[in-house]
Amino acid sequence: MTGMDESLEREVAEPRSAAVANSENIAVAVGLKLLGAGAVLILIGLVLVLSLLSPYFLSPRNLGNILAQTAVVCVVAMGQHLVILTKGIDLSVGSNLALASVLGALSFHAGASTLTVVAVMVVAGAAVGAVNGLFYVYGRLPHPFIITLATLSIAKGIALQLADGRAIPGMPPAIRSLGQEAFAGLPGSVFVVAGVAGLMFVLTQSTVWGRWVYAVGGKADAAVRMGIPVSAVLVSTYVISGTCAGIGAVLLAGRTDAGSPLFGNLLELDTIAAVIIGGASFLGGRGHIGHALIGAIMIGVIRNALNLLNVGVFYQLIVIGVVIVIAVEADVLRNHLESRMRVLRAETGP
Amino acid sequence: MTQHLPEAHPQHPVLSVSGACKRFGSVVALDNVSIDVHRGEILALLGDNGAGKSTLIKCISGVHRLDAGDVVIDGAANVLRSPADARLAGIETVYQDLALFDNLTPAQNFFAGREIAGPRWFPRAMRFLNKRKMDEQTRSLIQSLNVSLPHLDAVVALMSGGQRQAIAVARSAVFARKVVILDEPTAALGQRESRKVLDLIGALRDRGNAIILITHNMEHVTELACRAVVLRQGRRVGELVPTRDNKQELVSMIVGA
Repeated sequence: MTGMDESLEREVAEPRSAAVANSENIAVAVGLKLLGAGAVLILIGLVLVLSLLSPYFLSPRNLGNILAQTAVVCVVAMGQHLVILTKGIDLSVGSNLALASVLGALSFHAGASTLTVVAVMVVAGAAVGAVNGLFYVYGRLPHPFIITLATLSIAKGIALQLADGRAIPGMPPAIRSLGQEAFAGLPGSVFVVAGVAGLMFVLTQSTVWGRWVYAVGGKADAAVRMGIPVSAVLVSTYVISGTCAGIGAVLLAGRTDAGSPLFGNLLELDTIAAVIIGGASFLGGRGHIGHALIGAIMIGVIRNALNLLNVGVFYQLIVIGVVIVIAVEADVLRNHLESRMRVLRAETGP
Repeated sequence: MTQHLPEAHPQHPVLSVSGACKRFGSVVALDNVSIDVHRGEILALLGDNGAGKSTLIKCISGVHRLDAGDVVIDGAANVLRSPADARLAGIETVYQDLALFDNLTPAQNFFAGREIAGPRWFPRAMRFLNKRKMDEQTRSLIQSLNVSLPHLDAVVALMSGGQRQAIAVARSAVFARKVVILDEPTAALGQRESRKVLDLIGALRDRGNAIILITHNMEHVTELACRAVVLRQGRRVGELVPTRDNKQELVSMIVGA
């Protein structure tokens, strides 16, 4: 390359003064930081506003209610988050949870021990997840939408058939108290959420498998060329998502003292919304467990607030939908700012 | 055996492909192609679109399998069933699309699929990442290759085309022990950024790797390559030592005029 080329390039890059480029650089960086912390900021703002609007909102009893009601969505959303990290989706989580709870109730009435009832629910959830993953990967389906839509229907049908369309009351005392009682001032389900979250955090952030999940979500064909076992990684995310639905079944069955084929209606919507609202990218490869948790809590807070403010149940669906659109647009904006950042860095050089 | 003392026999090719044939349905992509590369040498692989260059390197890097022919690495015949096999055999490939993970940092990209982790008795997927060691090795490699990456902790999505290309080439340098294949490494870059990548390729060669370089840029061929092999319609049609004077000859060999 000649010296002339180099000076030419510099002339093209320099008409905008360095100061202007630099201030835009800072603005873009600040924008990205704000978007990254957006969900947390909104949640804090929401809590502040609500505590002013309703004196009851911050009472320990109401906060305990929110946590207990959110626990199921939190656990299942963490599984959903893994699937979304790999650019997938799991529509079957709600039906999966319903089927697991029915199988748990049936096994309890057949005389199974508490531990066996828990195992039945968790393993049933994992099994439906395995069906999803195996058909998606080895059935060479173009997208997990179809297979998880199919298992949504199939699991629901099996659950309704087995339970004859009705809830089956009765759960072992230990499961009931986990779902209903408080320990050290916190609902029992909160400890389950914390345990699952801690395990998921370590798995996704500190293990080789976790790194592979992000790589597969970032660029699956590159992951194949780098020797990452992509098929196994994909299947594992659906198995874990199903397992989380099974754990959710334990919590919900405990809270209601029943297994029911009607559990988990629209849970897929809530969990997907939680992951997206929390700030993980629907385009895959980006996000962490905290996003799923914050999104789930935010949905719980919005629901609770609308109840306290006497806003009708139907409006809740509308509000949640609007929030999803805002969250997805924020993701689009983030991608746009990032490409702007890339251009700026290329212009200003290292 | 020679594979244990490759440096002691510089006259033996480190990679030797002979009689390579590959068809896709009725299309003959490779027809009895043979090439050799030695350590410390840059071999340019030239040809028009559809000449078979990409098929040939995909067979060497384990993406496709040859229908017939042998791949001999350091004197030992190898069957490359997958990209992982090829990497194990010491062959690194820098793909045209770079195969980078936009959502990961440079260090995470370098070690994708080959993470440093322990303890060893854990199943591989469950081992704990040794992030500090991977970061250290990345930093020292970036320094030794003289690549400037100002934001090592940022994800690759935020980096310029030249930086991304440099990361992809540097990644091959982490693990390359024998052969590095580069598919059009400068195609998408400006002059200044191309220059840096070419220097990087030279550094890879100086570390004792054999380099196979696919490019359409004749300037780069004459500057870097020791030899140039030309493919046309799946056949090997010639080999030259590229100089400034025989550029025209090389071009007519490529287009078949």
